[in-house]
Amino acid sequence: MEKEEVRKELKVSAIENGTVIDHIPSESVFQVIKILNLSEYKEQLLIATNLDSQKMGKKGIIKVSNKFFKSDDINKIALVAPSATLIIINNFAVTEKKQVEVPGHVEKIVKCFNPNCITNNEDISTRFTVIDKKELKLSCHYCEKITARGNMAFR
Amino acid sequence: MKNKSLVSINDFTREEHIRILELAGAFEKRPKQKILEDYVVATLFFEPSTRTRLSFESAATRLGARVIGFTDAASSSVTKGESLRDTILTVSNYCDIIVMRHPREGSARFASEVASVPVINAGDGANQHPTQTLLDLYSIRKTQGKLDNLNVAFVGDLKYGRTVHSLVQALCNYNTTFHLVSPQELKLPSSVKMNIKDRNLAYHQHTDLMEVIPKVDILYMTRIQKERFADPLDYEKVKNSYILRNNMLSGSRENLKIMHPLPRVNEITIDVDENAKAYYFTQALNGVYVRQALLAAILGVVE
Repeated sequence: MEKEEVRKELKVSAIENGTVIDHIPSESVFQVIKILNLSEYKEQLLIATNLDSQKMGKKGIIKVSNKFFKSDDINKIALVAPSATLIIINNFAVTEKKQVEVPGHVEKIVKCFNPNCITNNEDISTRFTVIDKKELKLSCHYCEKITARGNMAFR
Repeated sequence: MKNKSLVSINDFTREEHIRILELAGAFEKRPKQKILEDYVVATLFFEPSTRTRLSFESAATRLGARVIGFTDAASSSVTKGESLRDTILTVSNYCDIIVMRHPREGSARFASEVASVPVINAGDGANQHPTQTLLDLYSIRKTQGKLDNLNVAFVGDLKYGRTVHSLVQALCNYNTTFHLVSPQELKLPSSVKMNIKDRNLAYHQHTDLMEVIPKVDILYMTRIQKERFADPLDYEKVKNSYILRNNMLSGSRENLKIMHPLPRVNEITIDVDENAKAYYFTQALNGVYVRQALLAAILGVVE
């Protein structure tokens, strides 16, 4: 099984140095790109989606050459892709593998679901405290309402 | 509490709440004290709320402070397109403390972060109205002689009423037993109920007002608004079930007090006003003492 997984990953060519974000739900691939601001990225960027996966049925994968994310940045993607795995590549070899983790605080990227929140009516960055990492519930620093997975949108 | 903004009821600790209530008691005994003569209080009302504004302005004036401000957004620079941030930064230059009412939730928290002076939230949309909560606590403590171990019923619209949400939160510090009386459509939201559960306090949900009346020390009434119901027929079905009439109070406790954040429409009939257990108008008066206490404590002229 493990072998098959490796063979499938190679459907997307390998990178020499950088970060591979694997096991992204297919529908979240473009959101991950947006959250990590990769559309502006100037180096090699390999994106694949709807790949067969033993674990998930279908999955997406993003390979970012010469980029090593700060954990605060990368943890943001846990909001849309909690299943994602991070693989750090040095000289074509895997040097580290870890799961993304939902951060304790989320700033700017998530929109407060409350239309009457001040952050949706003035030019103000959002700020949330994550009150439930498992169910993904974010408490707005301003209006105190809870934005949950089901009504989460990104700015 | 000096220089501390009051945006949410939980910004102040239980000890700070009690201190405010004690100070309010002193102002009730001696309401006219010119201790804020050198201070300017700005009342920024981005939406009209005559009752709350007059209560704050009365509190400030009785302490000798000068009051500046506006009474609705139409008479401020909001109509010219000024951002809240700019309004607050500018007004900060003109005053020692800002009292603010705004239709958007979270506006007061944001203002407290950009202002160079402390901000008292006089209501931010459906979110918080902490001075109402403190005057409710003051009224409860004054009439019951204590805050701990009371049976409190909340009646009516428990879903949308921010006064209910904040008071429930605050009472969770005092081992309260809650009786929640509302139609199915207007039950207390689970996010608020979470506060009660977190403290392992007792709460009972009812749809019948009569059955809770003999059990409680405080009956906190609120108005049920027709527009809260998706189906007008649902409103017609429940609208008369949450009206308090004087003859319903015969089996109530001696110490019962009836509270209401006002304005009242028809949820308490006029004949209740004659009953010594009616407390809603005194409750409103208590708001002035509580706001005097807050202004004095936050400006640091009393400890």
